[in-house]
Amino acid sequence: MQNRIQRAAKWLISGPPLLYLLIFFAAPSLIMGFAAFRFGGDYGGLMPLTQTDDAGKTTLLINLHNWHDFLTLESFGRFFEDSIYAGLFLKSFWYAGLTTIICIVMAYPLAWLIARSPKKTRDLLVLLVILPFWSNFLIRVYAWMIILGPQSYFSKVLNSVLAVFGVEPVSMLFSQFAVIVGLVYVHLPFMVLPLYANLEKHDMALLDAAQDLGANAWQRFWKVTWPLSLPGIWAGTALVFIPALGMFAIPDLLGGTNSIMVGNLIKQQFLDSRDWPFGSVLSIMLTLAVLLLAAFAAWAGSRGKEKQ
Amino acid sequence: MALLEIRDVVKRFGDFTAVNHVSLSVEAGEFFTLLGPSGCGKTTLLRMLAGFEQPNEGQILLDGKDMSQVPPEKRPVHTVFQSYALFPHMTVAQNIAFPLQMAGVPKADIPTRLDEVLEDVQLQQFAKRYPHELSGGQRQRVAIARALVNRPRVLLLDEPLSALDAKLREEMQLELINLQKEVGITFVYVTHDQGEALALSHRIAVMNKGEVAQLDAPETIYSYPKNRFVADFIGQCNLLDAKVAEVGGARMKVEIPGVGLCETLPVEGAKVGQSGTLTLRPEKIRLAASLTHDGDEVHFKGKVHDCLYLGDVTIYIVELENGTLVETMLPNSAPGRARFFDDNDLVELAWRFDAGHFLLD
Repeated sequence: MQNRIQRAAKWLISGPPLLYLLIFFAAPSLIMGFAAFRFGGDYGGLMPLTQTDDAGKTTLLINLHNWHDFLTLESFGRFFEDSIYAGLFLKSFWYAGLTTIICIVMAYPLAWLIARSPKKTRDLLVLLVILPFWSNFLIRVYAWMIILGPQSYFSKVLNSVLAVFGVEPVSMLFSQFAVIVGLVYVHLPFMVLPLYANLEKHDMALLDAAQDLGANAWQRFWKVTWPLSLPGIWAGTALVFIPALGMFAIPDLLGGTNSIMVGNLIKQQFLDSRDWPFGSVLSIMLTLAVLLLAAFAAWAGSRGKEKQ
Repeated sequence: MALLEIRDVVKRFGDFTAVNHVSLSVEAGEFFTLLGPSGCGKTTLLRMLAGFEQPNEGQILLDGKDMSQVPPEKRPVHTVFQSYALFPHMTVAQNIAFPLQMAGVPKADIPTRLDEVLEDVQLQQFAKRYPHELSGGQRQRVAIARALVNRPRVLLLDEPLSALDAKLREEMQLELINLQKEVGITFVYVTHDQGEALALSHRIAVMNKGEVAQLDAPETIYSYPKNRFVADFIGQCNLLDAKVAEVGGARMKVEIPGVGLCETLPVEGAKVGQSGTLTLRPEKIRLAASLTHDGDEVHFKGKVHDCLYLGDVTIYIVELENGTLVETMLPNSAPGRARFFDDNDLVELAWRFDAGHFLLD
């Protein structure tokens, strides 16, 4: 009896969010996966599988005998035929990877500082880290357009300094540099917070012990703090790398023609070219690539542990 | 020359003086204990020896060398921390090899050194385990092995047994004594547990409010506490207010007001009329319904006020004629007997004149 009530309560509590994920995440993913194998429609979108006659009666056109008229691997073929797509994938991975590494380098000292501050200051500093979320994402990216634009004080001061050394003025906006700046800016808090949560739990006695046993500051960091913070690094990497990989707004606004990412291409396929099958193929390939990478990381991680 | 010398060391934290002009020296091969209640400065003193704190005044010398400019990682001194502070991401073997790697011991030599010390602490079969897979006592051994493997000049132990249960604590005490004998390394041990200090140490420095209250061998500290604090802190002790009544000769007489005269060992510089405290351990008092006593004994009457049955012994709180309560104990050697007396029974007490120890105020 007690057990039954407990089980019912478990389903009541976890049921709604599960249903929500099924309807709005799992189902669309399956629909998109299916769309990748279909033909495009005459005016974009998808070639219909059903027909509605004048009487309002709907009939299914596809059946077991004519399925090859409706399903195709053509879009996948397109993806593999032209190396430009693989190149774009690589570039996106490179942008997202670079963003992640810069985020780790910038977030680590910050998270460390917050974790080592007195309790009161700590809460304030965490608040400051999440403060940017209070204003709209696009507004914050537009602000970077102004900061990096040629009319900003930042650009003017930089170029006047460069002029002293006889270097031509540089234009920072609409470049790969601007895209990376934007990606790092937007994702930094997602690296700081998990790292902080990890570093805050570290037992300071371990560092005392390491020092007592002969480790200098550098060794204390690499032998004790760093390995113990890896779970935080991994969590932050997942939160930064994956969203950065699919980002399209920042390359759109801050990047030039040369710095689009796979996210932009997918957006183009769905909204501009209206080539839904190919857009779906790109989405699936991106998901697969991320899953492969995650599997590799998990494998490498478990191997590393065995070796120890 | 002593191995470790602490010269007039003072440590302040803001307005608070944690260690106040402490001087002491520790000989090579000694098991030395800093004993005191929490906040007495013993841990601060230990942290100064390890190098984590710097004295505001005074000097710490190791092998005659001033340590003030030597950071913790360069001192030939290792610590066993109260929380053990084992590295959770390393196996037992990796934990113990850590100080060897830091000291630059050649990789080829590490396995032999590791095996040696693992054998010392009987952990051979646990080398591949992680700290969270070990029991409290095993973790304790790893912490000791890790601190010992590099053969430090001094091993500092900060309340290492406080996290263990009573039974395991006793086992570990024996192991520590044997280990210290075997490796011959100087131990400086910090504890608030007087029983532990008495059981383990060659010498004990009892600390109170940042100062050394008494520095002596365990038996001297127990039998002849130098002041009220030490008498009270170490073991159970009766403290009877008394006045010097007669001096000169091999024995001194003191008067316990409302009870009578009492012979005790002479105290240097005592003058008739001076007040003080007679300290008396419960187990040194004889107790019976009626006693025959010889001339070496002090003899008083009393009334049983309370009894505490402890299994092996029963504690009797006896009220003297002046209302002072005196704690005594009798072994329950007769099988099945919980007590010899009941509350309000009239009893007689006696103790040898040299069992008590008079402290001048």
